[in-house]
Amino acid sequence: MSKHHVTATINGEPTEFLCETSQSLLDVLRDELELTGSKEGCTSGDCGACSVMLDGRLVCSCLVLGVEASGRTVDTIEGMAQGADLHPLQRHFLEGAALQCGICTPGFLIAARALLERTPDPTETEIRYWLAGNLCRCTGYDKIVRAVMDAAAEMRGAR
Amino acid sequence: MTAERKEFRWIGKRPVRPDGVDKVTGRAQFSADFNMPGQLIGKVLRSPHAHARIKSIDTSKAKALAGVKAVITGADFPSLPDEWVGAGRVEGNFKYFSENIIARDKVLYEGHTVAAVAAVSAAIAEEALSLIKVDYEVLPHVIDPVEAMAPDAPLLHEKMITRGMKTPPTKPSNVAKWAEFLMGDPVEGFKKADVIVERSYTTKAVHQGYIEPHAVAASTSADGQTVVWCSSQGQYQVRTWVSKIVGLPLSSIRVIPAEIGGGFGGKLIPYLEPLAVRMSRLTNRPVKITMSREDVFRATGPTSGAAMKIKVGATKDGKIVAAEGEFIFQAGAYPGSPFMNGLMCSFAPYAIPNVRTWGYDVVTNRPKAAAYRAPGSPIAAYAVESALDELAKKLNIHPVDLRLKNAIVEGTPSYFGPKFGSVGFVETLEALKKHPNYNIPLGPNQGRGFASGFWFNGGGESCATVNINDDGTASVIEGNPDIGGSRASMAIMAAEVLGIDYDKVRPIVGDTASLGFNHVTGGSRVTFATGMAVVRAAEDAVREMKERAAMLWDISPDAVTWEDGFARPAGDNAGKHEPLSLKQIAGQAAKTGGPICGHASLNAQAPGPGLGSHMVDVEVDPETGHVKILRYTASQDVGRAIHPSYVEGQMQGGVAQGIGWALNEEYIYDKNGRLENPGFLDYRMPVCSDLPFIDTIMIEKPVPSHPFGVRGVGEVPIVPPMAAVANAIHSAIGKRLTSLPMSPPKVRAAIDGDA
Ligand code: FES
Ligand code: FES
Repeated sequence: MSKHHVTATINGEPTEFLCETSQSLLDVLRDELELTGSKEGCTSGDCGACSVMLDGRLVCSCLVLGVEASGRTVDTIEGMAQGADLHPLQRHFLEGAALQCGICTPGFLIAARALLERTPDPTETEIRYWLAGNLCRCTGYDKIVRAVMDAAAEMRGAR
Repeated sequence: MTAERKEFRWIGKRPVRPDGVDKVTGRAQFSADFNMPGQLIGKVLRSPHAHARIKSIDTSKAKALAGVKAVITGADFPSLPDEWVGAGRVEGNFKYFSENIIARDKVLYEGHTVAAVAAVSAAIAEEALSLIKVDYEVLPHVIDPVEAMAPDAPLLHEKMITRGMKTPPTKPSNVAKWAEFLMGDPVEGFKKADVIVERSYTTKAVHQGYIEPHAVAASTSADGQTVVWCSSQGQYQVRTWVSKIVGLPLSSIRVIPAEIGGGFGGKLIPYLEPLAVRMSRLTNRPVKITMSREDVFRATGPTSGAAMKIKVGATKDGKIVAAEGEFIFQAGAYPGSPFMNGLMCSFAPYAIPNVRTWGYDVVTNRPKAAAYRAPGSPIAAYAVESALDELAKKLNIHPVDLRLKNAIVEGTPSYFGPKFGSVGFVETLEALKKHPNYNIPLGPNQGRGFASGFWFNGGGESCATVNINDDGTASVIEGNPDIGGSRASMAIMAAEVLGIDYDKVRPIVGDTASLGFNHVTGGSRVTFATGMAVVRAAEDAVREMKERAAMLWDISPDAVTWEDGFARPAGDNAGKHEPLSLKQIAGQAAKTGGPICGHASLNAQAPGPGLGSHMVDVEVDPETGHVKILRYTASQDVGRAIHPSYVEGQMQGGVAQGIGWALNEEYIYDKNGRLENPGFLDYRMPVCSDLPFIDTIMIEKPVPSHPFGVRGVGEVPIVPPMAAVANAIHSAIGKRLTSLPMSPPKVRAAIDGDA
């Protein structure tokens, strides 16, 4: 079975990879490109740990095929900080202790950034429903929601 | 916050955790993130049957497939004696542990491992699994613990005789163990009661639900030395298990802890590690195995479901005079449910003169129960705290006041062991009464519920090393995986003792070769016991630095004090010397005797028990039976909050899990004993939109045995929620739900009156 040759822009960089027809984008990221920041919690689209942006849209990378990334842009957690400069969401997650074990964190950060890009001033309810596709078993979500609110306020220049 | 807080420079502050940046940038390596050159992929063949005899396994076709490097079955593992070992570092019956990891002559649950394969790719390994031919003789099975106790129930272990009875039974049964605790005379006690509540309750098996599935990579070199990378709640525990189950000297195994993506008790015991190690030894190549979510549900965890009968009696003034409880816990396929904890924790928060609890550990054709956060206590508390609510309502006493009237205090005798030491239970109840949420008016279909909970908290063996670096920083080596911010707590405590900035302390979690034995990350023991080791190790480093300063000043070490990171002469008699900073002392270490480090090894005793009290407001939709959590307030005696954010986080996380247990989560079996909901879609854990903010009240009643008063905090918060929610539902609709989960159909049925 021959592999597909795929070119895509991943975290702003032109990237080539070989993948099998059945390989998910998550498997490609983790196994072929060594981008293990996207996590596998279920492979069925239920936990959001594998969240990435595909052409600017939030997707579960476990539900996307590697070949579907062809000619498109993929943004993962590895591209969220600019060098040593953390994204405000990353900073507020740290300062607000919004992670315990941290396995869900990359997915939450990617999903939260997608929310703030379209809704800079979300209500608590909007945040809760937007993030309902991401499971966290450790935190009870309290500090995650607060961190997103704090980051949103900072990004709006409200503080 | 307490007044003495002011004395501390770092304790009680909320700095960013040392491992934080790696965890928000995707760099942190969890167990599935390790890959090695030349690595083989392992896959596991699991039983499709709930109960069957393995007549034969033919692996020849799988072995012949190109790219397959190893195929193993139970025959590749030593048979271990049927004996109970411990208590101590290891506890339990390794024959059962081993057979749970890979079946021998019988499979006892759907998902039970039968064989494993290592191949050059996942696809080939998968194909090889389909070529293994297992000839099963399917046997009758039993899922429900009460049915499993029936005289004609199918037997899982044909020779199992109930342990713990005064006169051991002559016939085998599915009851692995029986136990009882008794204080006073409940029969006489109940005669004094004006009001008695007697009721039965059931709970379902629920999974710990960590988001990271189990995964392992193991590599064996030609000299027989094996390295294992995995996430677990104890690298030393993994080493012991691999050593016993694979049959290898302990010294040939080194376990390197990966970051752990949640455990909650479910990663205290290994599942895949012995399989990966066995195959890496057969092939001399690295072998990596990862579990699917389905495998996690079918073959790991969960905690027990239970059937319980509770009887409590009180006098008119609200004094509880007698209590009894029967606890039937399902253990899963092998003995070892947490029923003993249930017997002890159930009535623990209350000073009751006459108590009897007894219970049964019952094997059933389900995955072997694993620890889940305060194992046993939440199950028992659901029953007892529901009964107390009913008692309070019958007595016309506020449920918080009923608890206050009967709360244990320091010196109250327990019915299962010594008297209680320092406990802050009363304070948790009083704090609830003072919280603004206590007086918020409720609307239609809304109700407020209260419940409390107890957990022993653990101590045990820990050690730690503190290395002083020449640039004035310190490295802390500890042996407990950081599951929720414990590196931050260790760094805070070390910085406090050393008198240097938090940022100058870097903690790492060592592997099994870099530090002596440490007990598991569990039992809410780490900040207490390992924290104590870190404090003592830092003190040891300070002692050493005082000696070095004394040497440089040519005075006696007794004449040196340590303050804010500086050695100073103790008084005028010691002579006039400029204070020496930690950095200055470290910089001159070569000429004063070499590298400076402190070490401590200890077996931490007298942990303070944990108690918490919760208050929840719910709204019940009378049309659908859906229960919405409106607000939640958790109050807990936390001893001393080293990093308050992570203490709050433990409380909030435990509450969220408890709400899932209360309202949605359950293992559902079909009539063939197959799990019907092994995925997150059908095993529904709370999501962000299901919950409100969870308010926390931290009561600080320091534990005398710990230098900073630390009390374990991680487990208590999951104990009260199920009863608190049930009691709130009762307040809202006037109906008492006595079986978990309190899912919409059950609530709806209760409203309609047929529950
Ligand atoms: S791994 Fe993709 S949603 Fe869970
Ligand atoms: S922090 Fe552990 S799952 Fe979210």
